[in-house]
Amino acid sequence: MSQTPRDVLVTGIGLVSSLGEGLDVHLARFGETEPKPSIEREDYAPYSVHTLPEIDWSKQIAKRGDLRQMELWQRLGTYAAGLALEDAGIPFDEDARSTIDMVVAAGGGERDPAVDALVMERARRSNAPETVINETLSTELRPTLFLAQLSNLLAGNISIVQKVTGSSRTFMGEEAAGMSAFYSTRSRIASGQSEIALVGSSFSAERRDLLLNFDLAELLLKEEWSPVLSRKPGADGIAIGSVGAFLVLESPEHAQKRGAKVYAKLLSAKADRGRREPQAFADRFRSLLPEGMDGEDLLVLSGASGLADHAKIETEALDAAYPKAARIAYGSLMGHSFEAHMPAGVALAAGLLASGRTARPSDPANERAQAQPARRALVTAIGHLHAEGVCALEAVS
Amino acid sequence: MTTPMRDHLGRSIIAVTGLGVVSALGRGVEENWAKLTSGVSGIHRIERFDTEGLRTTICGSVDFMTDRETSAVDLSYAMAEAAGSEAVTMAGFSDTDFGGPLFLAAPPVEMEWRSRLALDAMDGAEREEAGYERLLEIARKHPDRSIYHTTQCSRVSEMLADRLGTRGLPITLSTACASGASAIQLGVEAIRRGETTRAVCIGTDGSISQESLIRFSLLSALSTANEDPTKASKPFSKDRDGFVMAEGAGALVLESLESALARGVTVHGLILGCGERADDFHRTRSKPDGSPIIATIRAGIEDAGLTPQDIGYINAHGTSTPENDRMEATGLAAVFGDALATTPISSNKSMIGHTLTAAGAIEAVFSILSLREGILPPTINYDVPDPKIELDVVPNEARKADIRAVLSNSFGFGGQNACLVFGRAT
Repeated sequence: MSQTPRDVLVTGIGLVSSLGEGLDVHLARFGETEPKPSIEREDYAPYSVHTLPEIDWSKQIAKRGDLRQMELWQRLGTYAAGLALEDAGIPFDEDARSTIDMVVAAGGGERDPAVDALVMERARRSNAPETVINETLSTELRPTLFLAQLSNLLAGNISIVQKVTGSSRTFMGEEAAGMSAFYSTRSRIASGQSEIALVGSSFSAERRDLLLNFDLAELLLKEEWSPVLSRKPGADGIAIGSVGAFLVLESPEHAQKRGAKVYAKLLSAKADRGRREPQAFADRFRSLLPEGMDGEDLLVLSGASGLADHAKIETEALDAAYPKAARIAYGSLMGHSFEAHMPAGVALAAGLLASGRTARPSDPANERAQAQPARRALVTAIGHLHAEGVCALEAVS
Repeated sequence: MTTPMRDHLGRSIIAVTGLGVVSALGRGVEENWAKLTSGVSGIHRIERFDTEGLRTTICGSVDFMTDRETSAVDLSYAMAEAAGSEAVTMAGFSDTDFGGPLFLAAPPVEMEWRSRLALDAMDGAEREEAGYERLLEIARKHPDRSIYHTTQCSRVSEMLADRLGTRGLPITLSTACASGASAIQLGVEAIRRGETTRAVCIGTDGSISQESLIRFSLLSALSTANEDPTKASKPFSKDRDGFVMAEGAGALVLESLESALARGVTVHGLILGCGERADDFHRTRSKPDGSPIIATIRAGIEDAGLTPQDIGYINAHGTSTPENDRMEATGLAAVFGDALATTPISSNKSMIGHTLTAAGAIEAVFSILSLREGILPPTINYDVPDPKIELDVVPNEARKADIRAVLSNSFGFGGQNACLVFGRAT
């Protein structure tokens, strides 16, 4: 463990969101002259939700029995994980996949809205609401819904369906979970504790129970949709988006031995937390930004959530640290996806670095167009309540 | 003779310099250890909520720290704070300025029923029909951030980080019933990488509610031996019929041995090895051939640089479900062979119940105490041995034993398997 840390490579990408399925679709959507999101406003009014297109789950989840055991969040993650493994060229067999480590950032808590409504309805007419809960849940809940609810069962489903069994760790806690997933996995590979790992997350935005949680804290965008950096204080907020984003990270030795294609190097993954007084908050975020990265060939993919106060602190820090760099806030197109937001940003960054393609601003007043394809990329994240993180990537050829 | 600071693979040796625990048996290492080694059960009737209509009416909840209305987040925090503060103080650090990272195993949380019902009873919605559409209308009129906090999986670690003065972004994790062991493993790895000389690893779970109990009950996982709660958890017995849900927290301060000795503090035990392997067979059941469990146990012992013959005691996962105890015994037999017959194994869950997310951390604390004190806690309620499971389960009474290494098993839903190997300090 005392040898010099080694590089950590991105060798597989699986990305699914409201924009479509697969890395190419995402690069194309971000590369349009005037990129536009795919948003559902009517179903969830007054909220804006970046909803998924139709997906043929059977392409990555072959057994109908497996599919039936999963709710949307798990399907999305298991599907994106399958895409990443396939993209990395790892054959679908137990031997090849039994040594792959896995770190999943996950929320959880799938509900059965009809059962919940039934409990509330019956409780209104009872003076013993606890008895109503006991009786209704005991008779109406599907037993297997529990398994669609537990946070670590996204990883559990990936083990079952995609056969990844080297190890399985689930990190929780909104944006922080996504940041920690990269921090921990990168450190393990760099130090020799792991050779190859599947890392990522999924978030299903198409859940009213989640909208309820977020709006109780007044976090959601209720005004007309606009790009994340243009949302003004008082009319700001988060538009949540469904995302499944997984990557294969690998040591150079391991990647070379199996002749893997390499998207990019993951140079660093840093994160911190602390109180959110403006000065301390700004200082802490600045301290995460790597030095010596500025230039016209640097692309900053901002994970701005749509909360105006946070965007201001982030923008000021980025303006000062990287005056020459291009900047795109990818949540404008994909929506905010909490645990999955950092994985989505890192997937996009690696894809842009490898392809030489560019992402165009959807908000030219607040973003900065790329003057040339990026050679290096930073992905930033400011958690909606806490945690700040930055991942740095570099092109390999 | 100088003490070696590096293990068989040239890595920092990991010392445990602080311990803390809360369980249904009480608060603190002293009270827990005294009761555990006396064979006392902490399992009792559920008083937190009405149990009418439930198949299981017993549990090992922790009711002495907070009031009945406390959320799972606040109870999980209160127990983690108590155990964490005890461990950090025992290690000789300030419990408001620990100065190292936090690795936390915490239960997944979501909105509680009392919040849904309270929202539904409020005015402000045009829609009368019960459901989330109505609650959203009400939430727009009556926002309440305190309810949101009860749904945040990172809330406990945020509060703990401020309370204990840990450094960096804490990792909150869930590997189901292996979570506590996984939190310790993350701490071990961080010290082995040289990122830090110390870490605090905590597992906490205060999530017993009507719904969580019903969910486990619907999977037929829980004991329904409600008559005498203290007799319900009977790991490895022929008449075992499920686990007993319980709450608690365990905390360990891990430190490089070098750092611990330089500070001149007491080393209570060592963490020699960690093993893990996921199972791809089923969401709640182990592969019938036990291969993932076997591989996990082997990996843990190998990481420690030991052989099964070196293990003097096994702190079992031992949940008291028919499936777990059988598979655990099968897996151990495959790894230990003839040596298993002479290796005592006991389950703390016979007394404290299954503390789920916290179990691996609490059982790590008890494993270290077993090494330090030379006492093996018993498996209580062992009255009807299962002829298919031939183990020395330290039946019903604690036993003195001079042991040098302990294996602690943790297995969870979702194919989670983790094993830790502990060693004696001297």
